[in-house]
Amino acid sequence: MSKTVKLRKGLDIRLLGAANKVKTDVPMPKVVTIKPTDFHGLVPKMLVKEGETVTAGQPIFQDKYEEVIKYVSPVNGTLKAIVRGAKRRILEVQIDVSDSQSFDGGTAIDVAGMSGEQVKETMLSAGLWPFVKQRPIDVVADPKQTPKAIFVSAFDSAPLAPDFDFVLHGKNKEFQAGLDALGKLTDGKVHLTLNGKAPADATFTEAKGVQINKISGKHPAGNVGTQIHHIDPINKGEFVWVVNAQDVAIIGRYFLSGKFIPKKTIALTGSEVKDPQYMDVLIGTNVADILKDRFTSDNVRVISGNVLTGEKIEADGFLGFYDNQITVVPEGNQLKFVLTKGWLGPGFDKFSNSRLFPTFLSGSKKFRLDTNLNGEERAFVVTGELEKVFPFDILPMQLVKAAITDDIDNMEALGIYEVAPEDFALCEYVCTTKINIQDKIRTGLDLIQEECM
Amino acid sequence: MKFLEKIVHKQEPKFAKGGKFEKWNPVFESFLTLAFTPNHTTKRGSHIRDGVDLKRTMVTVIFAMIPALLFGMYNAGHWDLAVEMGSRDIPFWADQGTKIWRGAMIVVPMIIVSYGAGLTVEFIFALRRGHALHEGFLVSGMLIPLIMPADVPLWMVAVATIFAVIIGKEIFGGTGMNILNIALTARAFLFFAYPTSMSGDKVWMSGLEETGGIDGFSGATALGDAASFMTDKMTVAGDVVTSETAVSAFENNYSLMDSMIGMIPGSIGETSFIAIMIGAAILLFTGVGSLRIMASFFAGGWLMGIVLNAVGGNPYFDLGAEYHLLIGGFAFGAVFMATDPVTAAQTNIGKLIYGFLAGVVAILIRVLNPAYPEGVMLAILFMNVMAPIIDHYVVQANVKRRMKRLKTA
Repeated sequence: MSKTVKLRKGLDIRLLGAANKVKTDVPMPKVVTIKPTDFHGLVPKMLVKEGETVTAGQPIFQDKYEEVIKYVSPVNGTLKAIVRGAKRRILEVQIDVSDSQSFDGGTAIDVAGMSGEQVKETMLSAGLWPFVKQRPIDVVADPKQTPKAIFVSAFDSAPLAPDFDFVLHGKNKEFQAGLDALGKLTDGKVHLTLNGKAPADATFTEAKGVQINKISGKHPAGNVGTQIHHIDPINKGEFVWVVNAQDVAIIGRYFLSGKFIPKKTIALTGSEVKDPQYMDVLIGTNVADILKDRFTSDNVRVISGNVLTGEKIEADGFLGFYDNQITVVPEGNQLKFVLTKGWLGPGFDKFSNSRLFPTFLSGSKKFRLDTNLNGEERAFVVTGELEKVFPFDILPMQLVKAAITDDIDNMEALGIYEVAPEDFALCEYVCTTKINIQDKIRTGLDLIQEECM
Repeated sequence: MKFLEKIVHKQEPKFAKGGKFEKWNPVFESFLTLAFTPNHTTKRGSHIRDGVDLKRTMVTVIFAMIPALLFGMYNAGHWDLAVEMGSRDIPFWADQGTKIWRGAMIVVPMIIVSYGAGLTVEFIFALRRGHALHEGFLVSGMLIPLIMPADVPLWMVAVATIFAVIIGKEIFGGTGMNILNIALTARAFLFFAYPTSMSGDKVWMSGLEETGGIDGFSGATALGDAASFMTDKMTVAGDVVTSETAVSAFENNYSLMDSMIGMIPGSIGETSFIAIMIGAAILLFTGVGSLRIMASFFAGGWLMGIVLNAVGGNPYFDLGAEYHLLIGGFAFGAVFMATDPVTAAQTNIGKLIYGFLAGVVAILIRVLNPAYPEGVMLAILFMNVMAPIIDHYVVQANVKRRMKRLKTA
């Protein structure tokens, strides 16, 4: 029984620099990196030493407390460096890519004949498990739990997000194999949610063994958290697993070929990028080659992921494990004079969800927004603005306040189990008082995990 | 503005940590952020942010108050002149230059005193806490003069402002933390501490107090007159009359049109319904003011007026419900006071209940309590205190919905 959901709340931030639907080839990167920091809460235990050779699919570290979860090398090469931060925390594991890469030669694994337990073991040992994330808490799934459902979103509604219809076009087989494997992991359903506003690619519409739902509305319609809330909400004690659509294809590829081939198509986007377009890359690829001679201005911020939830990286940094796009926006570290570009200015260059700037009159203009906070942090003053962009039956401001005050009882009562930081990204964007809401929610989730899970 | 930027960059190190004027950094910061949106960038989470900030939000409220302020100035000047002429019946739109000048001489000093006193306190607290000035007082500082009677001494404005900022706001932690509306706290303080300067028949027109009263000249406001209806035996010009005659005598004195335009005595900013509605339009158009609160506040007041009409019995009960919305501080309270987001209810449903009850209570106090000719101030302060309770029940309803889902699942 498929569901159709219409959202009335939300916000599409109209940014310049959407990727053209063209794919360019990029050379094999010289270095790839797996960042343990991409997996929230992970304490890695290294399995390989610096200087040792690794092959694609070989575990390089594992979860210290959940040793069955392996994190594998995406390439053949040698372990170049383990970059550590404060308290010797491992930030990056860099691997020099060797010249010989072979992605052929494996044997297909028949999913249909396997039990759920076998699929789980296969995925764990093959390094596919980190692709599966769980709600609540929004971390890599706990393999000891059984989820009541698995959710896959067939589109990404974030600003400048890649078009999954384009990215996964023609990858029906891999995607279907991935869905079949996921279907074994749950007693419940696998939900595939399509964009109700646009026709979806056959990869999605012809998917078998899943419940196909439709959701239409502005961002965060494409967020899997929004979809879960409206289709099969999480109660305390329940688990739902989520997998990104491209990662479903990577999982499927493993079962079809017997090989870990972490290739995905990412979109290079943003107002400061010359000729934004799509490209096939490896997970954890070095972005230096991709970005070479691409910037249209000097003072820029490179983001792995989208502008709302992504991670700031250097121009020679590395693509995040879950990210499907790279965004480059202008850095906003200049003073802005009050009457021209500041708080009393006309504001023709400002995009706002409030009607305090004349730009709300133009419904289609696209903006070049920089990273300036556009104000200073204050206590909450304005009410009602978060609700406008938060399509949940949850009171966002009250929940954030509960998270700020470490109030576990109220967080539970107000629905902390249903949300992930990314669901609050728009709230953070519109907040007049510039509070880092995603951070507060993450802190709240950490507390919940520590005390209640 | 490069030269200003150069100055800033040159002075910045002196105020930075370890600099010569480190202690004064909050003051420097306050002025810097007034002149420039600072160069703070996002660190984590959302890398781009909405263009709106608290300064722009607050300044919009000030813009919305300007029509009421300008009209209030003119009106204060008018009644000042009327006192000097010894007649309430001088034409309203004549002698405009004199009236504007006199009005400005009454209102501008009040604004200066209010901002001066309030900002001094704010800066002291900002320095103690080591943060830049927060924007909340920009609005409060303008609201305070607008809800004062024309004849209030300036020192009272200063005392009330200081009291309101310290007791109403800073002891709770500053902007965004207060329970009661700051401007109304200032007014309530004066109302109870210096009742003779805040109510009665002599305070609404500048200079009337000093004359010691003029024969045959009343300085009463519409509300003051209406409140006199509550006595057992109504008199108009010395004769005992029926309720109907009393109401029609009132309506002659204060026609709906006069109250609409605001050509009646009263607190500086409250008299002109039209000027306030221009402000309301600005607030609603920009989305700064809550339509839920404004509309439900008017609805509550109007319904209470209707109920009182139905009960009847004395002239004040019989006064048309629409009058209640136009006279006194009702409209001003609805648009600028009840909508204060910090002290109002914070949930969308809560806002409706909060506004409605505030409107009901305002008219209830106004008509039924002979001690207080105006109920709006007290009603809003009362509902400020009640707002968290309203929110509590709205939040519990949301929580219960989630619990129910768990049971059925």
